[in-house]
Amino acid sequence: MKKSVFLGALTVAGIAAGAAAAGTLDDVKARGTLNCGVTTGLVGFAAPDANGEWDGFDVGVCRAVAAAVLGDGSAVEFVPTTGKTRFTALASGEIDMLARNTTWTFSRDVDLKFEFTGINYYDGQGFIAPKALGVSSAKELSGATVCIQTGTTTELNLADYFRANNMDYEPVPIETNAEGQQQYLAGACDVYTTDRSGLAATRAAFENPSDHVILPETISKEPLGPLVRHGDNEWGDVVRWTLNALIAAEEYGVTSANIADMASAPGDKPEVNRLLGTEGNLGEMLGLESDWAVKAISVGGNYGELFEKNIGENTPIGLSRGLNAQWTEGGLLYSPPFR
Amino acid sequence: MTTLSDPPRESFRLSMLINDTRYRSYTFQFIALLAVIALFAYLGSNLMYNLREAGLNISYGFLSEPSGYDINQTLIEYDSRSSHWRASVAGILNTLLVAVLACVTATILGVIAGVMRLSNNWLVRKLMAGYVEAFRNVPVLIWIIIIFTVMTAVLPAPSAFRGDDPDRTMLLDAFAFTNRGVYIPKPVWLEGSAIVVGVFIASIIGMFWYRRYATKLLYDTGKLLPMGWPSLAILFVPAILAYFVLGRPIELDYPALKGFNFQGGIQIRGSLIALWFALAIYTGAFIAENVRAGIQAVSKGQTEAAASLGLRPRRIMNLVILPQALRVIIPPLISNYLNITKNSSLAIAVGYMDITGTLGGITLNQTGRAIETVLLLMLFYLAISLAISALMNVYNNSIKLKER
Amino acid sequence: MSDTHQQSIPFVRDTMLPEAPPPAAETGIVKWMRENLFSNVTNGILTLAALAAIYYLLSGFLPWLFNGIWDAPSIRACREILQGEVGGCFAVLTERWNQLLFGFKYPDEEYWRPSLAFVLLFAAAAPVMFPNHVPRVLFFFTGLYPFLAYWLIWGGPILSPVFGLLGFVVGYIVWNRLVAQSFAAGFFGAIVAALVTWWIGGMIVEAMASENTLLAAVPSRDMGGFMLNMILGTVCVSLSIPFGIALALGRQSDMPIIKWICVLFIEFIRGVPLITLLFVANVVLAYFLPPGTTFDLILRVIIMITMFASAYIAEVIRGGLAALPKGQYEAADSLGLDYPQAMRLIILPQALKISIPGIVNVAVGLFKDTTLVSVISMFDLVGMIRGPVLASTEWNGVYWELLGFAALLFFVVCYGISQYSQWLERQLQTEHR
Repeated sequence: MKKSVFLGALTVAGIAAGAAAAGTLDDVKARGTLNCGVTTGLVGFAAPDANGEWDGFDVGVCRAVAAAVLGDGSAVEFVPTTGKTRFTALASGEIDMLARNTTWTFSRDVDLKFEFTGINYYDGQGFIAPKALGVSSAKELSGATVCIQTGTTTELNLADYFRANNMDYEPVPIETNAEGQQQYLAGACDVYTTDRSGLAATRAAFENPSDHVILPETISKEPLGPLVRHGDNEWGDVVRWTLNALIAAEEYGVTSANIADMASAPGDKPEVNRLLGTEGNLGEMLGLESDWAVKAISVGGNYGELFEKNIGENTPIGLSRGLNAQWTEGGLLYSPPFR
Repeated sequence: MTTLSDPPRESFRLSMLINDTRYRSYTFQFIALLAVIALFAYLGSNLMYNLREAGLNISYGFLSEPSGYDINQTLIEYDSRSSHWRASVAGILNTLLVAVLACVTATILGVIAGVMRLSNNWLVRKLMAGYVEAFRNVPVLIWIIIIFTVMTAVLPAPSAFRGDDPDRTMLLDAFAFTNRGVYIPKPVWLEGSAIVVGVFIASIIGMFWYRRYATKLLYDTGKLLPMGWPSLAILFVPAILAYFVLGRPIELDYPALKGFNFQGGIQIRGSLIALWFALAIYTGAFIAENVRAGIQAVSKGQTEAAASLGLRPRRIMNLVILPQALRVIIPPLISNYLNITKNSSLAIAVGYMDITGTLGGITLNQTGRAIETVLLLMLFYLAISLAISALMNVYNNSIKLKER
Repeated sequence: MSDTHQQSIPFVRDTMLPEAPPPAAETGIVKWMRENLFSNVTNGILTLAALAAIYYLLSGFLPWLFNGIWDAPSIRACREILQGEVGGCFAVLTERWNQLLFGFKYPDEEYWRPSLAFVLLFAAAAPVMFPNHVPRVLFFFTGLYPFLAYWLIWGGPILSPVFGLLGFVVGYIVWNRLVAQSFAAGFFGAIVAALVTWWIGGMIVEAMASENTLLAAVPSRDMGGFMLNMILGTVCVSLSIPFGIALALGRQSDMPIIKWICVLFIEFIRGVPLITLLFVANVVLAYFLPPGTTFDLILRVIIMITMFASAYIAEVIRGGLAALPKGQYEAADSLGLDYPQAMRLIILPQALKISIPGIVNVAVGLFKDTTLVSVISMFDLVGMIRGPVLASTEWNGVYWELLGFAALLFFVVCYGISQYSQWLERQLQTEHR
């Protein structure tokens, strides 16, 4: 099925090709690569490094899905999308899944006909301000100039928050995070607002991160997660349970270091055995190999490892687990059981 | 017995559709029409199928729903509870605002540069040629970004104006150049200001009347009345008199640093300035070339003839060259205005909230109604373009050389 | 008698005076300056103002340029080296040179391929641009070039471009055979023949697809940087010329339906900004294609920009058609030529000649407009600068060097083309004045 799109267009036949309305899962298998929509660049979540390799927390999810389906974590075609293009890209089938810190909202789920397959990061919108501004709370921001990245739920939350608190503000809309950074650092706006994780990632890229403070208020709930098209439940299940496998693996102590051992033979924990395919046939039910979860986890490790490697406290971004800790540790991550 | 002049009637054969020139054009047109209809039917059926598959529909209902976002520069009443439709209207007005500002500035710049390119001063000529080439040959998007970067990265933040010994001070205590925009004093219309404005409008009419009268007098009797100073006097003296007689009913509200920002006065945002200046300077370079070509198109004999009649150089320019050159200059000028309006859609690169930023930007993002919003967007620009082209046609017809 | 004369006049010079140099104010540089710079007071003031402006510009620019740092790993390193002095941090250009030119995903070891394609572009363009100075044999290379360049840049099986070329060759042969019979038969026959060839070729290529190709395939999503601008510019301009001719002929046609279809298309495209067409390519077009079709973005953008350019080129050519004296059309008719022959042999060669400067103008404008693709998240030169380069921790804040570089690159190309167009205009002035 590997053919040049250009020749396809030349022959016109190519335009009418692919009429077989197979499920996304079959498409991906046939194509041999997973098309995964990501941001155009947000350090820690999804950004190309100096060599053009995509790296980050959202990227890790894409790679895990690719590994689960195709057995190869590098068989991913990353499609950078903006706030404007992401939904069309997904709806039109240009991408198979979208892992672009997208907030799960009612209208996106119901009206735009997408299926959120879970939450990989519990976020909330916050503000970052220079320490020199002397602001310690978002309640003091009346009259401030606020930079916002357009095309997100952020600007709606912002309008609601300032309206609810009877404050006025001046929005400065910005297309990309890079420009937001530029404007904010130049002082063209007093504060910059986006998801708190994004703020941390942005601050990490500053020359003097310690000169800037993230204000304590969280003005919205932003559950971020991967999403797929509505109506293709098989594919939705694959993405959902790959994410759950990453989360469950952390809960059960399965890491990229010990997974080879644990998967080689059934251990004494039945739940782990079922997850790793040494017992039962969960993989088959998904339409995948029995060791799908092993491959998914081996690529970048379990949820905790992905988190620590890309955005955790030891990275420049330095996010603490907070809400994103396992439920056993007081967080909200809670994978349904594998049985 | 019928008339003999009737040609022998050939019976219609199918092959005549191809071989007979009388019918061939019908065949071709029919095929073309069919092809177009088939194309649209194909695209339409795909659209229907895709929408049905995705469970979506085409609906403009979102236009009446609250938009939920704020716009920083609106010429009409607008807040986040207003509808998407109102947001679009605010965007349209912003588009028109920047387009008009840029058109005026580009014309002024272009005419100056175009005339100066023909100056007999070598240095000025070369400098203007440099300006024209530099700006014509670099994409306008890059100029917009460059000027926007100047606005945000070079100008100081408002905080630089703060404190007892600030880094920057306001110009004349009235103008502040910050990276959030330029703050200028705002006139406050008190009671009686309407009279001053009325007087001013009357003086404008009066000035035009005077100039017409002077021209008529010149043509009828050859008597030359002075034009420049009296016009200015008619324009300003009554209004200034009225202003003082009525006890200064128009005051200025000066911007002052309060809280995070300058308050009061008029704020001209950096994004507006970037877009306005970039479009003006870029298009000004094109207009300069039009003006130069227009002036050069007037044959040298005209200048010499006018000079031999004893006209002074300025009058030669005003009475002989320019009226003829305008005929050449104005049509491309109008299409440059059209380009400015269309290029103003690049506002999206600097976050200026024009129609592309509101309807084609945030509304599209928030509602996900891509087809509807893009269609509306195109219709808006199409309407503007057609309006301007219609204007151009009217003008072209009115200046067409009437041959008698 | 001569004596009297001598006495009446005290002195007669009988030798020539040595030539005196002209007055200092009437010669050389001084005269030139008087005439060109200080001919009157206003001019003098203008000159001084211009000099002041130039001095102001250069005094800011030159130290920045000559004091620049060309080798540093990041902007902070630059600032350390500069120690607060004025100077550009051009290290970003050397450091990210390949990214700016080729985008950040084009494989490093394959950079020679687009570079070679770029160099060959000149060889391919030469016979078209300088028909009287370059041997005509090179025209073959021009015809070959699109396929060669496609293969070089995209890689993959060599059979695809070969069959692409073959389709044209077969089409041409069929056309040659049938055109004597009737133009329409030749035209449509050629199209059908070419399509059939491509269809068969497509199947063969697919059947023979192997992983090991001479040149590794590079997906078009990986194209970026200035290369993307060049690709979009050249491809769209060359594709839009035939479409533009067809549209212009259609608009001038006597057949009302065809005329109105063309008018509607042209006016619609010219009435909307390119950016809305790019939005269509980006967010709407997918809904209008059959389910399961995946065009990549670059192809969709090429289609849209080609449509855009065709409409403008059609207007230019229409101007050329309208400018031809009516006698040319009548002459063609009186020779008994039919419409295709008249157009091909008499009208178009002259009309196109008149339109060339206009077409070049459209081409330059279009090339500049390719930067707009950065707005729809494609990483062309401007997109690379605004996206990955400025967002990176190392180069966050290096605006002038990057934007200046982009402006310079575009200036060189566009100014070069416009100079060529002026040269060509002089060359083409064949009528007597």
